[in-house]
Order: sequence, then C-alpha cells, then structure tokens
Amino acid sequence: MKGANAALGAAGLAAFLALGEAVPRLGLVKEEYFPPAGRIAGALGDELADSAFWTALGSTLTGWALGLALAVSAGIVAGVVLSVVPRLRRATASTIEFLRPIPSVALIPLAVLLYGTELRSVLLLVVYASFWQVLIQVLYGVQDVDPVAEETARSYGLGTWARIRYVLWPTALPYVMTGVRLAAAVALILAVTAELVIGAPGLGARIAVTQASQAVPEMYALIVVAGLLGLLIDVGARSVERRALAWHQSVRGEVAV
Amino acid sequence: MLDVRGLKKVYESSGRRIEAVRDLTFTVEAGELVCLVGPSGCGKTTLLKCVGGLLAPTAGQVALAGRTVAGPPPGMAFVFQEYGRSLFPWMRVGRNVELPLKQKGLGKDRRRELVADALESVGLADAAGAYPWQLSGGMQQRVAIARALAYEPEVLLMDEPFAAVDAQTRADLEDLVRRLWRERGITVLFVTHDIDEAVYLGERVIVLSASPTVVQEQLKVDLPAERDQLHTRVAPRFAELRTHVYAQIQAAKRGTAAMVDRAGEGTSKGA
Amino acid sequence: MRGLLVRLLYALGLPAVLVAVWWVASEGSTDVYRPPLRTILTAFPDVWTADRWRGDVLPSVLRLLAGYALAAGAGIALGTLIGSHRRVRAVCEPVLEFLRAVPPPVLVPVIMLFAGIGDTMKIMVIACGCVWPVLLNTVEGVRAVDPVAAETARSYGITGAARLRDVVLPSAGPQIFAGLRQALSIGIILMVISEMFAASNGLGFTIVQFQRGFAIPGMWTGILLLGLLGFVLSLLFQLAERRVLGWYHGLRATTRRSP
Repeated sequence: MKGANAALGAAGLAAFLALGEAVPRLGLVKEEYFPPAGRIAGALGDELADSAFWTALGSTLTGWALGLALAVSAGIVAGVVLSVVPRLRRATASTIEFLRPIPSVALIPLAVLLYGTELRSVLLLVVYASFWQVLIQVLYGVQDVDPVAEETARSYGLGTWARIRYVLWPTALPYVMTGVRLAAAVALILAVTAELVIGAPGLGARIAVTQASQAVPEMYALIVVAGLLGLLIDVGARSVERRALAWHQSVRGEVAV
Repeated sequence: MLDVRGLKKVYESSGRRIEAVRDLTFTVEAGELVCLVGPSGCGKTTLLKCVGGLLAPTAGQVALAGRTVAGPPPGMAFVFQEYGRSLFPWMRVGRNVELPLKQKGLGKDRRRELVADALESVGLADAAGAYPWQLSGGMQQRVAIARALAYEPEVLLMDEPFAAVDAQTRADLEDLVRRLWRERGITVLFVTHDIDEAVYLGERVIVLSASPTVVQEQLKVDLPAERDQLHTRVAPRFAELRTHVYAQIQAAKRGTAAMVDRAGEGTSKGA
Repeated sequence: MRGLLVRLLYALGLPAVLVAVWWVASEGSTDVYRPPLRTILTAFPDVWTADRWRGDVLPSVLRLLAGYALAAGAGIALGTLIGSHRRVRAVCEPVLEFLRAVPPPVLVPVIMLFAGIGDTMKIMVIACGCVWPVLLNTVEGVRAVDPVAAETARSYGITGAARLRDVVLPSAGPQIFAGLRQALSIGIILMVISEMFAASNGLGFTIVQFQRGFAIPGMWTGILLLGLLGFVLSLLFQLAERRVLGWYHGLRATTRRSP
C-alpha cells in the first residue's frame, strides 16, 4: 500500500518535471519566462558549484534559526508566565488579539530605517511573525490541562514550580511542538521576504539579483532551493512533533482553527 | 422479504486473507423482527453491511423482495452503532432526519410531515431545532431511529444500536423498537452481541458461530407479543430461551477453538 | 453590571497603559526615526485623506480580496477533487507539498515575468501564494471524512452533489477554515510586498515612498494603518468562521466537558 503510494507520488513528480520540460519546449509559454526544467537543473548545478550561493544559503539559515530560536524561547516563557497567573492572562488577552494579526511586513520600512540590510532587520521580522505562533499554541496547550490532573497535583501539595514541571508542561508540549512547526515555516517565509525586499544578504537577495539581471534559469533554480529548504524544514519539524505527540495522540484529533 | 443465500466475505489486505463470513443462509419474512446474535468478533457487522449493500460479498447473494442487492437499496434503512458519528453534527436534528428524504425527491410538505411524525414517534417532537451533540446518547440514537423511520423502509437494519448507551436507556430503547415494529409493521433485522436483548426483542433469533461465520442455530422465540422489561425478563420461558442461546454461543466458541487446533495440525477440513 | 465593568477594565486596561507609555516615552523625542506618538496621530488624518483611501487603500484591499477569493475557490474545488480520489491524491501529494513549501514571496519575481507589474500581477501573486494552504487543508479534510458518516450517507442514497454539499464539505469545514486562515495572513504579506516591489499605488507602495522620502511620521501612520487592516480582516474572518463553524465549536465544547 505504502509502496504503491510512493510509486504514484514518484510518477507525479516525474510528470511534473516532464511538464516543466515540455511546456516551454512546445512554446506554450515563452522560454525566457519559464525555461525548460533541464535548463533550470543546469542552473541549479552551477549554483551549487558557486561558493557565493552557499554563503547566501548560510545567511538565510542563520537568520531563520536565530529568529526561530528567539521567538520560540520568548513564546514559551511568555505563554507559561501568562497561564500561571490567570489575571495576567485576562489582562493581556485583548492586547494579544490585537497585536497578533498585525502583518509583520508592516515593519519592513521601520527595519530598513533602523537596521538597514543588517541581520537585525531579518530578525525583527522573523521574531515578530513567529513569536505569536508559539505563544498562541502554548496558551491553547495550557488550556487543555486536565482539571482532574491539576487538582490531583494540588491535593498532593505540589507547588507552582512542580505543577508547571509535571502537569502543565507535559500537557502543553505537543501544542508547543505544533507551534514550533508553524513558526519554523513562517520564519522561513519572513527571512526570505526580508532578504527579497530589504536586500539583507541571503537566498532572497540572490533571487532579487537574478531577477534584476534577467538571469531567469538561475532565478528558478534558487526558487527550487527555497522550496526544498521549506520542505526539509517542514519534514523535520513534523517528525519532531510526532515524537513529542506520540504519548497522547487522542487529544490532538481535532483541528486547531 | 429478505433472502440471504451462501453469503461469503473474505477481506484481503497486504497479502493477508481474512475470512470474516464463510457461508450464511437465512431468510427474514415480511414484518418479522429477527435478531442476529453471536460471539464478539464473529463478523456480525460485516454481515449486516453486506445485507445493506454497503459491502460487496465475495460469494453468494442477498435479495430484497426478489431483487438482488448490489448497492444500498432504497427500501432499506440503516441504524449504526456509532450514533454520534452517524448523525451529521453540522445539521440540526430536523435536517438530519430530512436529508435522506430530500434525496428521495419528496416534496417539501411531505418531508415536513414525515419528519414531524418520525420525531413524534420516538418521543423527540421538540428536539428538531437542536444539534445532535446537544442531546444525550440515548436521545441521539432515537434521532437516528427517527431518521430511519422517516425514510419509510421495507427493512430496517440495526447494527448493535444500543451497545454504547447505559443500561436504563437501553431498556427504554428496546421497548421503543418493539413498539415501532408492532405499530408500523416494518421488517427489522437487529444485530446484537447481547443474548438477553436478542431474546427479549426478537420473534426469531439466529445464532451465529465464531468467525469464519456460519449459522449455528435458528430459534423461534415463543414469548407473547406483548412484552415488558419487568415481567418478560423474569418469565421462566425467557430464562429457558436465554440459557439455550447462551449454551449455543459457548458451543460456537468451542467449535472455533477446536477448528483452530485442527488447522494448526495442518488438516483444515473445516468444521 | 459590575462584571461588565471588570471585563471592560481587563480588555482596555493594558492597551491603554501601553499607549500611554508610548505617548509619554516618545514625547519630546528628537530621534527622527522615533517621532512622538502625538506627532504620528496628528499626522494621521493629514496623510490618510479621502483621496488616499480611494487611491491607495481601496485598490490594495480590492486586489487582496480578488486574489484571496480566487485562491479560496480554486483551492477548495481542486482540494475536493484531489481529496476524493485516493490515486489522484497519491500522484499529486509530493508535488503539492513541494509547491506549498516554496516561500510565497519568491513568487513575486516569477509572476512579474509573466504578468508585468499591473493589477493582474498582484492578484496572481496573492492567489498563487494563498492557494496552497487552502488546497492542502481541503485535501486533508475531505480525505478524513468520518467513515461512519460516509457509510450513513451511502446507505441513505445520498450521493453526488448532495453528498458533496451536505456531507463532505461541512465535514471538511474545520480543516478548510484552518487553511483559509493561514491563507489570509499570507495574502496580506503578499499584498504588501507585491506593492513594495513594483507599483504606482497601494498601501505597501505608499509606505515605502514615505520611508524613502524620510517622511517618518507618514511612514508610522502607514504602519499603524496596516496593523489596523490586519486586525479588522482577522476580526471579519473570525465572525465568518463563527457563523459557518458554529456547530464545530459547540461540538468541541461538549466533548471537552464530558470526555
């Protein structure tokens, strides 16, 4: 069953690549807009041989990882503090609801003025966007704590710290992991955006350069790299999430709307 | 009315071959209430799904009023064990009952009439505007029964419908089924693993063997048509019948055990 | 009455404190980049005149809505198609996963090649970026229709369009809305950056103009307006979601109370 699905998936990929080769060759779209898959692969090969490409990839990953790490730790700490003090949670609810939907791209002009094309520009956008993803999931997770477990812990005289450690954290962990996965995807989007629009060094900036210089196959090659990076991050985050989730799958049958 | 002949169902998945139902033959007369009872895991649900046209049998056939069943026939209504999932949570009770009627192409007035009548007869006339999940488990199963009634089936198939409700609700629902059957004269095929329930409800009980399933015994229930939880269950005849069915099921289980042993010795000639 | 007062206090307290802190801390600020809040607020009505609303905000929002609607329609339609057929799903899944993983902003240069820098380009960018979360969530939701619900529908002869309308789509609703919500935030990002890249009007364009011309208070008002737009759109989305998925929230609340 699984093998058959994998074969079908591989066939789908092959068909997709063949289509990418055939459509421009047949003149359905202009080759200068959409080069055949073969030429994109060639350009990709050239990129991989270019050390500047690896530097750019490194910069993107640095911005992504640093931003994600900051957002995740801030999100977890803020989430736990807010849930341990119910009054604080109530007092911040409206502010969170207001700040969360603010698109982080609104901060682009500010980032440009304050930090120019430095890494800090990227971090500002990445951290702002991913922080909310983590925070919201932590808050969901803590809400999910079984009142019976909580009362049991209290009745055995566990203190605040012990309750966080043994009741709250294990319940919230799967949600936190979901938050981390969502944040990882958002962080990549914002890192590439910052590079593309502001010009901070990285894959995005390289894409902007290839676009400006009409190096179309190279541009597509870089986009493929960005996609593969996104895929890798998603697969990695999912496997980590599954591991954290394994012990109480049942709780997470529902969709987080 | 309902003719099941030589029914066989084999599941094949990832190289493993599981014979759920081996060879089943029985009939249900028009207007009869028949209970199918058997040890747990004996393929009762598989059997009922084949009868209802939800599964295609590997061999043999099912005929409803002389026509071979090759897909869910319009004259059959199904009541599932998992009422919470069988009722659509995004529709209110009234809409849940009405949906199959719409599909039948009935007019609006007729639909409204049928829905009101069906909900009335299960005692939920006021619940049409509620969502199923706002009701208790027993009430939800009543809604599922009302949906089946409104469909005006010739045959009503019930797959362990009361397995997931508490004992008192269960008794009420059993009386409800008896009453509806007597009032409306529909044919009912009722699957259960509960021996008492089978004897209490059925006019006839078909005892199934353990998997791969065959008919172990057919038994006429000669209790009076008027039954109630208090008196029927303590009647000496009830005790005799249930003891008999119990013994049969125990024998059915042992039969399998013996068969497995023989299969282990590599001489699987069948039971 | 008292309860309401307390709720109001909780809802407005912190925002009021934050604004006050910003106001006081920035008052008398001589840093060009961080003008006093007073200056920003007084600049707001001067910057966002009726002309600007008509000429910049409205086109931006219309392009966003057009692209979003296209993505939602195409995503749900294709997702339902792919999700209902096991083989089609197996064939498409790896390709779709890859396309979804491409960070949507890199679509801007690609679509500029095809569609130039007009409205078509921006709508296409928004549609192409938003479609993936909707599509993949719909596939997942349609695939995960409860087997008992599906069998019930089959046994009562509910097939074809009725099955789609009354069983499959409502059942996939929560998943579809999760996708639509992700798509909305991506849509706003793409609206802004497609205008920052190449445009002659729009919110993103105007804000960048302010920044390049060092009209700092104007830039700040733009940031505020964008934030407000994000907030309002998310509010509208929540209202729509509460209406359509009222049953789902009720069901979840019930199962949570009595597990």
